[in-house]
Amino acid sequence: MSEPVIVANELVKRYGEFAAVDRISFEVAPGESFGLLGPNGAGKSTTMRMVGAVSTRTGGELSVLGLDPDRFGPEIRSQLGVVPQADNLDAELRVRENLLVYGRYFGLPRKLVAERADELLAFAQLEEKAKAKVDSLSGGMKRRLTIARALINDPRILLLDEPTTGLDPQARHILWDRLFRLKEQGTTLLLTTHYMDEAEQLCDRLVVVDKGTIMAEGTPAELIRRYSTREVLEVRFGSDRNSEVAARLSGLGDRLEVLPDRILVYSENGEAELVRLTDAGLHPITSLVRRSSLEDVFLRLTGRSLIE
Amino acid sequence: MTTLTGPRSDSARAIEAGRRSRTWGAWYVAEHRFRVMRSYTGTVVVAGIGSPLIYLYALGVGLATIVDANLGAGAVDGVSYLVFVAPALLASAAITVASEEFTYPIMLGYKWNPTFTGMHASPLQPAQIVDGVVISVVIRMLVNLVLFYALMLAFGAAPSPLGVFAILAGALGGLAFGTVIMAYTSTLEEDTGQLAMVMRFVVLPMTLFSGTFFPLSTFPVWLQWIGWVSPLWHSTELARVFSYGAAEPIWLTVVHVVVLVGLAVAGWMWARRIAVRRLRK
Amino acid sequence: MTELADRRPAESGPAPRPVRSLYAGNARAVMFRGWRATRSTNWLVVVSGFFEPIFYLLAMGIGLGTLVGTVTTASGHEVAYPAFIAPALLAVAAMNGAIYDSTWNVFFKMQFAKLYEGMLSTSLGPLDVALGEILLALLRGALYAVGFQLVMQALGLNLSWWALLALPAVLLIAFGFASLGMAITSYMKTFQQMDWINFVMLPMFLFSATFYPLTVYPEWLQSIIQALPLWHGVELVRGLTTGDVGWGLLGHVLYYVVMIAIGLVFTTRRLRALFLD
Ligand SMILES: Nc1ncnc2c1ncn2[C@@H]1O[C@H](COP(=O)(O)OP(=O)(O)OP(=O)(O)O)[C@@H](O)[C@H]1O
Ligand SMILES: [Mg+2]
Repeated sequence: MSEPVIVANELVKRYGEFAAVDRISFEVAPGESFGLLGPNGAGKSTTMRMVGAVSTRTGGELSVLGLDPDRFGPEIRSQLGVVPQADNLDAELRVRENLLVYGRYFGLPRKLVAERADELLAFAQLEEKAKAKVDSLSGGMKRRLTIARALINDPRILLLDEPTTGLDPQARHILWDRLFRLKEQGTTLLLTTHYMDEAEQLCDRLVVVDKGTIMAEGTPAELIRRYSTREVLEVRFGSDRNSEVAARLSGLGDRLEVLPDRILVYSENGEAELVRLTDAGLHPITSLVRRSSLEDVFLRLTGRSLIE
Repeated sequence: MTTLTGPRSDSARAIEAGRRSRTWGAWYVAEHRFRVMRSYTGTVVVAGIGSPLIYLYALGVGLATIVDANLGAGAVDGVSYLVFVAPALLASAAITVASEEFTYPIMLGYKWNPTFTGMHASPLQPAQIVDGVVISVVIRMLVNLVLFYALMLAFGAAPSPLGVFAILAGALGGLAFGTVIMAYTSTLEEDTGQLAMVMRFVVLPMTLFSGTFFPLSTFPVWLQWIGWVSPLWHSTELARVFSYGAAEPIWLTVVHVVVLVGLAVAGWMWARRIAVRRLRK
Repeated sequence: MTELADRRPAESGPAPRPVRSLYAGNARAVMFRGWRATRSTNWLVVVSGFFEPIFYLLAMGIGLGTLVGTVTTASGHEVAYPAFIAPALLAVAAMNGAIYDSTWNVFFKMQFAKLYEGMLSTSLGPLDVALGEILLALLRGALYAVGFQLVMQALGLNLSWWALLALPAVLLIAFGFASLGMAITSYMKTFQQMDWINFVMLPMFLFSATFYPLTVYPEWLQSIIQALPLWHGVELVRGLTTGDVGWGLLGHVLYYVVMIAIGLVFTTRRLRALFLD
């Protein structure tokens, strides 16, 4: 095992009295793809910004590529590619210029930057838009350009804060594919997302964060095994009857989760639960048996569904 | 892909890569500003040649006809009105550039289109971003002032051989005012009209009451303090010393320089501090 | 160009729409929105606009006045310098206020806030929008003008009872600039184009007999200046406040009436083309 490229130990970030990040510890190995999951306001972006050496930590230890961000900000950032949660492209410049200018911030030679800019435009499928004003791009195109921009310095670590928000399904899959390839080449990924399928696809390991603290850590499969059952039965009785019916379901499965629009029955065998349910004389409007996903883990740990 | 991985080689690589940006970062930012300015080159050139032309003609020729007719030639500070007003117009031109480039672009970079945040995610440091903006504006200012001075020569408005130094005096004034205004703009989380107020209650009165169009001494004493605290008055007087050898005690000339340099440095440092505070939260 | 003009009637089948589709008689609603928006955000900025001409008057009238002494007006009257520039500053203030409100402000609302798109998707017509915006600008202009005239009165710069008519004159001037400004703005697409407006305003401000009589200029320059709107405004207001009144003033009034009409026609047409066709 090689040494981790990111080490956070009891990391704290306070805004006044309020602790946005409250003693978080984790390690990311080189070439690993590490996810931060959590509801809105959990402290994911704040953590990312500290790792990105643009936010000074209030307490704890942090090392990125073996360096302390407080002292070696520029050095660390020279090795990072950052996709912030909110695009901050330069609206006064054109699409290709955005890449050129950004590459120059790293002190890269003009010729090299120009070559990479063209490659990346192709990667982001923005070749026809090279001369367009940034303002005229659609939301998803802007996102793709931001991602392309993050790659201009051939980074060792990519920080992706909700990278695919606003992308259409096709663009998302293309991006996943591209991230996969970067990972194969040894790039380390640190990402946050609200899409569970994305987390399952991309993350080797992840932590679930809530209110600035880590609730659980592991691979997606481990987490599912630990915090959920193999299968889930989803039943709907119509929003006005759900809670009334729920009272009569106790005892069914390992655990029940009553949501406003549906009831989730956690069990090793979903079909069997459905049979027991109909035997008891309950006839849901719709029913569905599926495998457990990270969504369920999330629900269990934070008591909230992911997309609020 | 047999390269050594792990933090040791990584940190060595990072330290190597960070070296360039630590040395040249501010210039990369300036490069960016120039690229942005290029998108309004037309405006810069027309404003750079057009407005001096208009001002010099309207005031230095038009108004001068009346003033000189009233008081006789050489009645304002011992020279013709054109010669008297031209260096002041040059100094005001620098203030105009400063008040354009150090206000809205700063607000834009921090907030409306947070390119400063983007720069800070690269190896650039907050102070370098400030430095880069200052460098780029000073260069633009110098270009404008050189054009202005050339027109002054064409109008015969800069008799002294030392006249070129008026350019530096003007630029220093623009910088002194500009860095302070930049620092102030940086502190604004939101623009709910503060910038417009600055233009109205600081820039405009400063332009009007700084001995620009008439000697400060024509004012009652209780209004003259405006000149004393105004960077424009100091840079105008300094420019006059160079452009037509305006007579003033040497200590006063030194005061002009000290005040302007002091303001420029103070504003610059203040702007840097705010940049650090704002970008590193 | 001609080709386009020739083809047009063939393409656009329906006859021009009746006035009703342009004007719902509800410019008030547009003014109301504008007033609410101003009040809730930057009323201090609005109030501060009042000080701008005052600063000019103090600096130029008092400071420069000592260098200039008295000035001979176009019709041969001799007046003190402050009394000479005060009416000009009043006209300029009317112009600036109207231009700001009808150009930058409108441009922003059109291009960025997409405000008009929203307004025109209600029962409001383009003329409601144009009139509403312009009238609001006038209201603001009127407030400044009243304030400035009070200051003039206090400083003894109103030389005649005719000065009372300067207020409607100022509104006329503001109306003229607002409607023309809005018409021009509706054709603008970028900020850079908007900058050109400043390039026209600056020389007009400095040259239009604002700070000294036109006679210092060569003939050809005089006739160019006399063709531009601000000069007419300055002369009109100056005639009234200095009591130098003659039938000639009606010529200036006519100039503005024509300008208002042209501005309104183009603005309405353009808004309809932009948002309704
Ligand atoms: N600059 C700041 N000043 C004060 N509070 C802040 C600041 N930045 C973030 N916070 C607070 O810190 C908490 C965590 O914010 P953060 O942006 O890290 O959340 P997040 O997990 O990224 O949420 P989301 O999923 O919505 O992006 C929030 O309560 C937020 O209000
Ligand atoms: Mg976030």
